[in-house]
Amino acid sequence: MPTQVPVAEGVFTWPSDEPRLIASRCTNCDNHMFPVQADCPRCSGVSTEPVELERTGTLWTWTIQNYPPKSPPYAGNADPATFEPFGVGYVDIDGKVRVESRLTVAEPEALEIGMEMELVIDPLYTNEAGDEVVTFAFAPTAGPDNGANR
Amino acid sequence: MSPASDDVAIIGIGMHEFGRHDGVSGIDQGVTSVRRALADAGVQWDDVEFAFGGSKDGGAADTMVSKLGLTGLQFINVANGCATGGSALFSAYNSIKAGMFDIGMAVGFDKHERGAFRIDLQSHGLEEWYGESGLALTTQFFGMKLNRYMHDYGITEPTLAKVAEKAFRNGSMNPMAWRRRAMSEAEIAESAMLSYPLTQYMFCSPGEGGVAVILCRADKAKDYTDTPIYLNAAVVRSRKFGSFEVMAPHLSPERSDGPTVDASKAAFEMAGMGPDDMDLAQLQDTEVGAEIMHMAENGFCEHGEQEHMIAMGETEIGGRFPVNTDGGCLANGEPVGASGLRQVYENVLQLRGQAGPRQVPNDPKTAYTHVYGAPGISGVTILSR
Repeated sequence: MPTQVPVAEGVFTWPSDEPRLIASRCTNCDNHMFPVQADCPRCSGVSTEPVELERTGTLWTWTIQNYPPKSPPYAGNADPATFEPFGVGYVDIDGKVRVESRLTVAEPEALEIGMEMELVIDPLYTNEAGDEVVTFAFAPTAGPDNGANR
Repeated sequence: MSPASDDVAIIGIGMHEFGRHDGVSGIDQGVTSVRRALADAGVQWDDVEFAFGGSKDGGAADTMVSKLGLTGLQFINVANGCATGGSALFSAYNSIKAGMFDIGMAVGFDKHERGAFRIDLQSHGLEEWYGESGLALTTQFFGMKLNRYMHDYGITEPTLAKVAEKAFRNGSMNPMAWRRRAMSEAEIAESAMLSYPLTQYMFCSPGEGGVAVILCRADKAKDYTDTPIYLNAAVVRSRKFGSFEVMAPHLSPERSDGPTVDASKAAFEMAGMGPDDMDLAQLQDTEVGAEIMHMAENGFCEHGEQEHMIAMGETEIGGRFPVNTDGGCLANGEPVGASGLRQVYENVLQLRGQAGPRQVPNDPKTAYTHVYGAPGISGVTILSR
C-alpha cells in the first residue's frame, strides 16, 4: 500500500486512524473558522486558537460536481473520458461551523439535506514520489435513519 | 418639475455585441461601445471630462484613450469583480453630484477564456489545497445555494427550466445578445447536468462584450437629448458576517442577509422609492436560481412566492413585473466588467421606449438593475424618466 500524504499540512490531523479537521476558535466571541485563520470576521478580533472539530455532522446543503474542474488548480483526475463526478456540500459540525467539503457520494438519490455524515480521507492523485495524496471528504454514516439507506 | 442641478442623467448609451468575437480584443470592444455611446448622446470625445472604467480580463480600461484620443481627461480604472460596472457608475454619479464635473462616462468591457471561470486562489485569499481538492468552482456555490433554497421555500425543478426558457426567448428578440435561439423547457431540463440541480442551459457562460454610458448634470441633459434618463440610485455593498457567499471554505451557522438585500434597501432609500414603484428589473441571473432568489432578496416578493409568480407569467415582458427583458446573463453571457452596465443599457432602452420587439408595454417609467458576484458583492441601480 502506498504512503498516504495530506494535500496540505494543518488542514486535518495526519497521520491518524481517526483524522479530524483543524479549525480556529475566536477566543473573544467563540466564532469557529475553517481552515485555520488568525483573524475573526465576526468580531474583528485578532486572537484565535486551533481546535479539532468533531468527526460527524449533518448535511446542510449539497450539489454534485458533474464536469471535470479546470486543472490547475484541480489536482484530481480531470480527464473528460475518465472523470468521475463527486459530491460537494456544507456539513454542519456541532452547530459551530459549516465546512465545505467533497462528499464520497455523487448520486442525488443518495443525498438528503439533514442526513448524518462522517469525515473520511479521500485519495486525489499519486505524486511523483509514488505517494497517494489525500484530501478530506464526508461520507454518509451508516444507520437506519439515514437518507442514504432508503 | 425641472431637475435639480445635482441630479444625474444618462444621455447616451453604447454597446458592443455580447458573445464570442475572435480577433477582437476586449479593449477594442470597449472602444466600440464608447464610440456608440458618444454618437447616441451627440457628444464629442473631447467633451468628456472624466471616466471610470474597468475590465477583469480584458486589459486596463484607461488604455482606451490611445484609440479614443489623448485629451487628458481624468480616467480612473475600477476593479470590483462583477460589480465593476456598478462601481464605475456609482463613482461617475458622485463625481457629477459633487459638482466636480458636468459630463463623464462609465465603461466596462471584458474578454474571458472559454469554459467556467478559473479561480485565482491567491487573489481570493484561498489556500492551494482548496483548488486542488476540486472546491474552487463558482458553479458549486450556485447549485448548493439553490438546492437549500428549494428545500426551504418549495421552489420546484420545472420552475428552473421556465426561467431559462424565458431568458432565451427574450434573448431571441435582442440583436446584441449572444444566445439568440429560443429553447424549450424540455431541451433545457434535459441538457447536461453540470451542478445539481442546474443543467448546462440553466447557467450563463463567461463571454465578451462592452458597454459605455455617458452621464451629465441633469439640468444640462436636455441640451443633448429629449429623453434623458435619470440615475436615482447607484449602490454597491459587500457581504456581512453570516451571509452565504461564493468561494467560502466554511459558513457560520449564524445567518444574515446577503449583500443583495443590503444594496437593495440602500438603493431604495437613496432613490426615495420602494419595490412597488419599479416597473421592470434586470436581476443577476448567473443561473436560473439566482434570478429566482434575487427576486425576493431585492424585495420584489416574499421567499417562495416566485413559484407562483413564474407559473403565472408575471415576470414575462408582458407580465405584471418583467424581469431580464434582454435575456439576462443567460442569453447575453457574462463579460464581468460589462455585465452590470449591460443591464443599465437595457433599462435605458426600455425607459426611452426603444426596446423594439421586447419593449415592455404601458410606457414604463422606472427600472431597476442588480448584479451579484464573487466574493459576495452586489450592485444596484434605479433609473427613471
